[in-house]
Amino acid sequence: MHSKSSDPAVPLPATAEQGLKIAVVGGFGVGKTTMVHSISEIRPLHTEETMTRASSAVDDLHGVEGKTTTTVAFDFGRITLDETSVLYLFGAPGQERFWFLWDRLFTGALGAVVLVDARRLADSWYAIDRLEAQGTPFVVARNDFGGPPHTLDQIRAALDLPESIPLVDCDARSRDSVKQVLVTLVRHVHSLSTTPEAV
Amino acid sequence: MSRPVDRESPDRLYTITSGRSRGGDEVFDAVTLVVAECDPTPGMQSEHSRILRMCQRPMAVVEVSARLGLPVNVVRILLTDLLDAGRITARHPTAVNSAVSPFASPDVLEKVLVALQKL
Repeated sequence: MHSKSSDPAVPLPATAEQGLKIAVVGGFGVGKTTMVHSISEIRPLHTEETMTRASSAVDDLHGVEGKTTTTVAFDFGRITLDETSVLYLFGAPGQERFWFLWDRLFTGALGAVVLVDARRLADSWYAIDRLEAQGTPFVVARNDFGGPPHTLDQIRAALDLPESIPLVDCDARSRDSVKQVLVTLVRHVHSLSTTPEAV
Repeated sequence: MSRPVDRESPDRLYTITSGRSRGGDEVFDAVTLVVAECDPTPGMQSEHSRILRMCQRPMAVVEVSARLGLPVNVVRILLTDLLDAGRITARHPTAVNSAVSPFASPDVLEKVLVALQKL
C-alpha cells in the first residue's frame, strides 16, 4: 500500500520550476476528488476562486459599472514528476453554470479526464461538448460503481464519442487504475501532438 | 476536508487586499510556482509574512491559496504586492500549448509519461 505523507509536509524540490496541469471533470458525485486523492502525494486541498464579470450594456447607460460575482470551489492534488516538474490535478465542477471557469482552468492544461458514471451519463454531455469546442484533448474514464453492466461500446455510443477519443474503465479509488488513466491521457495527447492531422 | 473558504468575512478580505478586487491575473497562473526571496520583517502584513514562510520552497499559487484559506484571486493580489517589492520570485509555467498547436510539446509529454509510469 502506498503511504501518503502527512500534510503539510512534502515540500517541492527547491529546483521545481515547471507547473503542469491536468483537469478531472465530471458530474457531481462521480468521483473526481476520489480520483485526485488516489494519486496525489498530498491530501487534496480545497480552494475557491471568485469570478467577477463585467457589466451589461444596460448598466453602462446609467454610468454605473455593474458586476456579477460567482464563487467556484475546486479540489486539487499534486504529483512531483522530477526535480523540475510538478503536475497538478484539478477536480473541476462539470456543471454548465461554471462554464466561464473552464477556459481559465484549462489554459495551458495538458488535457482533461472526463470521469463518467454509467448510470448518469447525461451528466457528462456538457463537459464533453465543452472540451471538444475548446479543442482541449481529453479521454473518458468510466468509474466503476458496480450496477448493471454496460460494455464500453454501449457507453461510447450513448456519449456519441468518436473512436479517436480513448474510453477506459477505471476505479477512482485505486492508485494503479488512476495512474493508467493518466498514462492513457498523456499517450493520447502525445499522439495528437505528433500527428496534427489526426485531430 | 477543509473549512470552506467562503466562511471568510467579506470585510476581512476587503481589509487584506486594501479594497482591491483585481490584480495579478495575467502574472500568476494557478500553477505558477512562488519562491520567497527574503524572510518576513516585523510590521509586515500578516498574510505577506505567512506567504514568505510558506514559500521557502517553491509552492504553486493554488496551494498558497488553499493553505492560507483565501480565494485564489485574493492571493494573486497579495502575491503581486510581494513580487513588486522584490520579496518573491515567480516561476511561470512555460506555455505548453500555443496558437500553432493546442497540444503540449512531445518532449514535455514524454517526460510526463516516463514520470507517471515510474509512480
